[in-house]
Amino acid sequence: MATADADHFRALATRELPRLYSVARRLVGPEAEDAVQDCLLKAFRGFPALENPDAAPAWLVTVLVNCCRDRGRRNTRRLEDSTADEDLDRFSLYRKIADEDPFPYSDSLHLDFLAQFSRDDVRAVLLSLPLLYRAPLVLVHMEGFSTREVAAMLDAPVGTVLSRLHRGRKLFERRLWDYADENGLLRREAVR
Amino acid sequence: MISCSDAVRQLWEFLDGAVTAEDRARIEEHLAFCRRCCGEVEFAHELRRFLAGHAAEEVPSDVLGRLRSTLDQLEEDDR
Repeated sequence: MATADADHFRALATRELPRLYSVARRLVGPEAEDAVQDCLLKAFRGFPALENPDAAPAWLVTVLVNCCRDRGRRNTRRLEDSTADEDLDRFSLYRKIADEDPFPYSDSLHLDFLAQFSRDDVRAVLLSLPLLYRAPLVLVHMEGFSTREVAAMLDAPVGTVLSRLHRGRKLFERRLWDYADENGLLRREAVR
Repeated sequence: MISCSDAVRQLWEFLDGAVTAEDRARIEEHLAFCRRCCGEVEFAHELRRFLAGHAAEEVPSDVLGRLRSTLDQLEEDDR
């Protein structure tokens, strides 16, 4: 690689490392560091062929997402998504919280529910989702990419990304509730 | 008029602007009279803020050090 390219790559990678690590933590959890290492190796080789420097940050995330998917494929031994479509489509976290009323004396029940989750809790919930749905959710709603950009990153049609996002959000809502219930984040017992 | 379950099913897409003009009009018509679904919309907004607010992870200093070493090594191997 020419010295100028190497300098540009280093500046880009150094600047983007926190973001790459954040995305990787949500996509592959404890393997995040390894995934970012894989990404740096691949991106270093591919960088001289990159034509548009403005696209470099998104390109780097694309390389990372592919590295995470490779790792995800190696680690997935079973079909993780067993929730029936009809059940999931009907699920509403908003209504579940209102119906179950986990904080009976709260004036802002729904916000109080969300406030129970630490950063680690949110990551754990995300990691419980199949990567197929987790990746668009993280890239669109946490990293701020458009569905069109994510479609290009995942090499999938926009319609496919939209339907995975739809299912990913529903799964996320369902798992937020289940996680809160299983990990003592609901205070129902305390007020009985 | 669409039902609450139809409105809720499309809520996030509605907020994303990813529904057709026809569906948007149907959802807005429903929201004009359904307080519960208005609550659903507000909560969907909150959930989006919640996700965005949990985006940044701190990179542990030892991890950052190792990743920077990887960059050093790549440059060195390339020379």
